[in-house]
Amino acid sequence: MAVLVRIPIPLRRFVEGRPLVEAQGGTVSEVLGDLSLRYPGVHQRLYDGSGLRPFVNVYLNEEDIRFLAGEQTPVKDGDLISVVPAIAGG
Amino acid sequence: MGYTTGLVCRACGKEYPEAPNYVCEDCFGPLEVLYDYERISQEVSPQRISSGPKSMWRYEALLPLQGEPKAGQQAGYTPLIHARRLGEALGLSRLYIKNDTVNVPSLSFKDRVVSVAVSKALEFGFDTVACASTGNLANSLASQAASAGLRSFIFIPDNLEEAKVVGTLVYDSQVVAVKGNYDDVNRLCSEVASIYPWAFVNINLRPYYSEGSKTFAFEIAEQLGWESPDHIVIPVAGCSLLTKIWKGFKELERLGWIKRNSAMLYAAQASGCSPVSTAIKNGWDTIRPVKPNTIAKSLAIGNPADGYFGLQAVKETGGYGEDVSDKEILEGILLLARTEGIFAETAGGVVVAVTRKLVQQGRIGRDHLTVLAITGNGLKTQEILVGKTPQPLKISASLEDFTDQIEKTERRQQYGCAG
Repeated sequence: MAVLVRIPIPLRRFVEGRPLVEAQGGTVSEVLGDLSLRYPGVHQRLYDGSGLRPFVNVYLNEEDIRFLAGEQTPVKDGDLISVVPAIAGG
Repeated sequence: MGYTTGLVCRACGKEYPEAPNYVCEDCFGPLEVLYDYERISQEVSPQRISSGPKSMWRYEALLPLQGEPKAGQQAGYTPLIHARRLGEALGLSRLYIKNDTVNVPSLSFKDRVVSVAVSKALEFGFDTVACASTGNLANSLASQAASAGLRSFIFIPDNLEEAKVVGTLVYDSQVVAVKGNYDDVNRLCSEVASIYPWAFVNINLRPYYSEGSKTFAFEIAEQLGWESPDHIVIPVAGCSLLTKIWKGFKELERLGWIKRNSAMLYAAQASGCSPVSTAIKNGWDTIRPVKPNTIAKSLAIGNPADGYFGLQAVKETGGYGEDVSDKEILEGILLLARTEGIFAETAGGVVVAVTRKLVQQGRIGRDHLTVLAITGNGLKTQEILVGKTPQPLKISASLEDFTDQIEKTERRQQYGCAG
């Protein structure tokens, strides 16, 4: 499956400065894995020893993947994954 | 001017120069402001602060500006009230209310953070400010942007209380009502912020903005005679206020301005949106986000950005988290109004109702010095009280009608029956 990934500013220096890149995979995890393979540096920013870092939020078509099946959520052609740093509110 | 030395990642400790930057490029952790505490302790003292302006800017040394404040000069230094009648109702003899319902310019604690953010936006040379908001931040930013002559874009969920929407539009702010909840608005704003060169107060200015909340803690300590209370009950949405009250008391202890930081912090939430109190009760060290469904819209954040640190703060201080139903929130608002004459918004009702629970659970004892963080004004959320208060007595303009009706009413109240 070819999926688009929206890249937040802190990650862009690893993806040639692009705001949007394409990656392959059948699940969110596979897509982020493919992204990490294509662009060295990405993996280390997104993951620590125990999984996705606590301050990284991942959305599939505007829904937080924690409300879906987490990183195992299946994706289909044309889906959009957005990686967003946690931000404050009020 | 200024005692800041840069920014540091709260997660991994990597340091950065001062800039409109909010996220660590190595681990995505949030950045926060670093201060030269040694120089502060040499040059500033509680005595000097006591002779400062009657606003939050008396603590300027612990706020991240390089020059004089350029916005919100009157914000803060709100009353700390010994709440004897509410204390009696709750079974507490040393209960205090930190009353930010009368903060200026927009009647909520957000005036503290926005004063810092707008001043900082001007220092950095931005001409446009923006935010994602559940209402109070919207009101404050729109107001302070107007008085600073800045353009403002305010993103809100499309279901906010009318008073909070009008109270933003009146300042000629560009309000964007987004279909969805706050967490949807927040995600969208993060994406917008990556394209538009604006000062998003709770995104790229977050390290500075959030520092304003520390003044809530500083004022409590100073108003108690430079002491820390035993307990502080704090309404929690994104968990920034709780986290910064924690930081504020730690700074005061580090500087030796209070002898001992003994404040136990309690996260107060609505049961319809309680990711933080749920995590505390279950002993989790991460937050599981929820979809909010509560009348406490100012607290309706299902994915609290500072939840992770909030859990640490509660754990380290020995506090706890509780949540209450919408019915209990309304009862809390009415109890506060009827005992102390303070009309708070829904978040205040949450705090009062949660405190009642904490007392019942034996976590807060009768003689403990307890402070309630009452953070927003009830005039902004009046619509939830429609039909929940007594009705006016409708009479003709005659003395006879008045005495007749009032006697009937008093008889009803006395005997509990119609008559």
